Amino acid sequence: MNGYGFDLVGARLVALPSGALHWPEERCLAVSDLHLGRSERYARRAGALLPPYEVGDTLARLDADIAATRARTVICLGDSFDDLDAGALPEPAALWLTRLMAGRRWIWIEGNHDPGPVATGGEHRADLTLGRLTFRHEARAGAAGEVSGHYHPKVTLAGRGIRCFLVDGARVILPAYGTYTGGLKADDPAFCALMGPGALAILTGQVARPMPMPMPRGRNGK
Amino acid sequence: MRSLPAPFHDWFAARGWSIHPHQQVLLDRATAPATLLVAPTGGGKTLAGFLPTLVEVAGGTRTGLHTLYISPLKALAADIRRNLTRPVEEMALPIRIEDRTGDTSYTKRRRQRADPPHILLTTPESLALLLSYEDAPRIFAGLSRVIVDEVHALAESKRGDQLMLCLSRLQTLAPGLRRVGLSATVEDPGAIARFLARHPDPCEIVHADPGPDPDIAMLETEAPPPWAGGGGRYAIPEVLAEVRRHRTTLIFHNTRAQAELFFRDLWLANEEMLPIAIHHGSLAREARERVEAAMVSGALSAVVCTGSLDLGIDWGDVDLVIQVGAPKNVKRLVQRIGRANHRYNAPSKALLVPANRWEVVECQAALEAVKAHDLDGDPRGPGPRDVLCQHILIAACSGPFAADALFAEVTSAGPYAALSRPEFDACLDFCATGGYALKAYDRWQRLMLKGGLWTLRDPRAARDIRMNIGTITDAEMVKVRWQNRMGGAPLGEVEESFASTLTPGETFLIGGQVVRYVGLREMALEVTPAPGREPKIAVYSGTKFSTSTQLSQRILRMLGQESWPELPTATAQWLALQREVSRLPAPDRLLIETFPSEGRAHLCAYGFMGRAAQQTLGLLLTKRMEEEGLNPLGFVSTDYATLIWGLDPVPDPAALFDPAALREGFDGWLAGNAVMKRTFRNVAVVAGLIQRNHAGARKSGRQATFSSDILYDTLRRHDPDHLLMQVTREEALRGLVGFGRIEALLSRVGPRIDHLALSRVTPLAAPLFLEHGRVPVDGAARERLVEETAARLMAEAGLG
Repeated sequence: MNGYGFDLVGARLVALPSGALHWPEERCLAVSDLHLGRSERYARRAGALLPPYEVGDTLARLDADIAATRARTVICLGDSFDDLDAGALPEPAALWLTRLMAGRRWIWIEGNHDPGPVATGGEHRADLTLGRLTFRHEARAGAAGEVSGHYHPKVTLAGRGIRCFLVDGARVILPAYGTYTGGLKADDPAFCALMGPGALAILTGQVARPMPMPMPRGRNGK
Repeated sequence: MRSLPAPFHDWFAARGWSIHPHQQVLLDRATAPATLLVAPTGGGKTLAGFLPTLVEVAGGTRTGLHTLYISPLKALAADIRRNLTRPVEEMALPIRIEDRTGDTSYTKRRRQRADPPHILLTTPESLALLLSYEDAPRIFAGLSRVIVDEVHALAESKRGDQLMLCLSRLQTLAPGLRRVGLSATVEDPGAIARFLARHPDPCEIVHADPGPDPDIAMLETEAPPPWAGGGGRYAIPEVLAEVRRHRTTLIFHNTRAQAELFFRDLWLANEEMLPIAIHHGSLAREARERVEAAMVSGALSAVVCTGSLDLGIDWGDVDLVIQVGAPKNVKRLVQRIGRANHRYNAPSKALLVPANRWEVVECQAALEAVKAHDLDGDPRGPGPRDVLCQHILIAACSGPFAADALFAEVTSAGPYAALSRPEFDACLDFCATGGYALKAYDRWQRLMLKGGLWTLRDPRAARDIRMNIGTITDAEMVKVRWQNRMGGAPLGEVEESFASTLTPGETFLIGGQVVRYVGLREMALEVTPAPGREPKIAVYSGTKFSTSTQLSQRILRMLGQESWPELPTATAQWLALQREVSRLPAPDRLLIETFPSEGRAHLCAYGFMGRAAQQTLGLLLTKRMEEEGLNPLGFVSTDYATLIWGLDPVPDPAALFDPAALREGFDGWLAGNAVMKRTFRNVAVVAGLIQRNHAGARKSGRQATFSSDILYDTLRRHDPDHLLMQVTREEALRGLVGFGRIEALLSRVGPRIDHLALSRVTPLAAPLFLEHGRVPVDGAARERLVEETAARLMAEAGLG
């Protein structure tokens, strides 16, 4: 599947080129920052009427990843919905999501955009510990075996911005999976406080490719 | 003939002045619905425009707004206010004159709405904002005249299209409104007249005496121009000598970066400390105003400037214009030359300084065109629909409207006279529902139909719409200011893309000073002085004009000469060398060179179509090369050629130019390229789909904002025929992209494509290697490079 495999505190994980994280041993798939309902939220708040295709676009990719990994557990790492009202998806999207959720364990981790339960099935958790790994929205300094999202990391390479995973011995930070999401450059100071030496950035795209995590300029080898 | 009322007559007589013939004509024709005055700078054009107003209001019985004056420049509005106030005060006329721009204080703007002056001087954007208020009908009810200054400049841009829509609105609010346009010399005054007048009203064109021919020549320098590069710094000793010999010199540059570099080096050589200043659009307003004031008071020997001084302000004492770099366009050159010597009937004096040997050729061609009065220009198409979308939203802000009435109004604007009802309805649908094939916003429509009238669903939307008014969509800029402990005064702004490459401690050049970047604070770059350090150069991608078709053709004809006695020896030798090792481009042929360099295969196509069309050619050719598996990596374009580099050589370039395949490629090229995405972003901002970024309004949580590229990709996949995609495509076809010029080239050239496979870079191709604005190709080759770069970095880090 063109994924990139790595170990995190003894768990064998695969970063998929789509930006999802696969844990084959647990048949578990984690995605972060879907921001479903973003265009609807903008419209509701009298903002712009953005092209209303992002929910379908995001769900189509998630559908393909679930099908390919035959995941039994899906963990959405927060900011799954752009706000709590966005949980009321338009009917075709809601049906699609219901179909994806059917027959598997589905966990919604709370994020800053969706800090409470939304009107969708599944479990709602502040965080979740599964085996050796802890899943939460925003990384905590000093945590080990942690899978999180929130920051939307990306790197700029060969003149374009590419969403990426950030991985070191203690944690992995997932890229944003939602179509209507931006990114925070991986050399942002926010990341150096979290990531240890030797951290990797794993690029999404056609193939998940590792590269050393870029450090803030002027601080190489800090 | 209408005679001047006594106070005016006496005022003219007291100065020993007599009224110019064209001023008299405008006075005689004061009641005409539309008049266009074409006059050179210094011809008393502005007074001609205002005289009928002054005469009408002088009676003293008039209350409320009588005349609206629109200028493309804020500074011009303020300057005209000063110039008009003087005669009004001297004649003791009971006329109130005020200006209103983005810089006018909030209290003053409120008062102006409650109690408008007789004459209001403003910009297209400020007018659009005024029209968005609910009380617009009251403010404009008695409006009698509107004067559009520099209408030739406005007619070339969306700002003008927006202004004409605003005039159509004004005409409804004040049915007796009369229009006057003031224009510099242009190649097609009829087109400007149709643009200005209420359709289908007639518009008389009044020509003022054009004055004597300018005194124009190439600056002779001891050092020859460099082989490549820009800036004209080699000519600094001779430029300084000219500055010394004249009262006030304007030194025009085509880009801000070049102006900065030239200014710095000019000062390094300015041993006599001649007072020389710099003025361009990216400098802080305070800095520009200081220069303008010093200029007016005659304190400056020279100003290094850019297009920011192209228009308007009457500098009085300028007696020499120096144009550094190829002028690109004969019409603009003539207008710039007109900045020198504002006294009527004195010839303007100008010198051209080519920046490199290539530009020597272009400058020579431009000189000959000026002497032959051969002005250039491309006709502009109908008014773009993104501007119309913004106009509809502005109308909704001011109050409910009926679609039929607005349609009738809009089609009375010259640029929109040919707009069809379905096109209008599609724009209205975009404003109301987003206009998507997937109807998703039934509950959250922006405009709702209530009792036959369109109304904002949520009045809060008006704030966003007003914030987004205007059609200028420059690159995103970041402010630069001194560090707080040094006073925090603003210096200007640089492009965000440049700012993001800076690391603390690095130095760059702004306003002629070398500064050190300290840090980012409240969305501004904080800097400290760093004199003497070698600076980075801020890149302002800004508008780069394309060389006009007429000028390009002149250049090609020149290249066909046996020899070039009129050109400096170095340039003539360079051309001769090109003829020897390769060949020279010709008007009815297309020259293509291929050669290896720097480990990459290169292809250079000399189309002479102007930068925009050459850029498009680059996109189309690289797309075809991608399809052929030729692994292109990127390209760069100038006005005369496109240079493409890639991993593999191109064995048969002529095959790439198959017109049918290129046209097909053009239709299919919407597949995400950078130029289209940039175009889409501008269109989406103007149409109100996305908000422009206002200074200081940006949140620090950068991951929350996503780029317009994502919207473009989403629409391309799910809704490729959406209105904004259509507008983007149209925009690409004309102005920015100029596919028309490519078609013209292909039909002119036919099968006469000459391919020369050479072993190394040719004299004519060499300058392209130093050009800015390289466009990467997002294809298989880049995928390969990403892979290789990531692998190399892994290996270097010992992680492979």
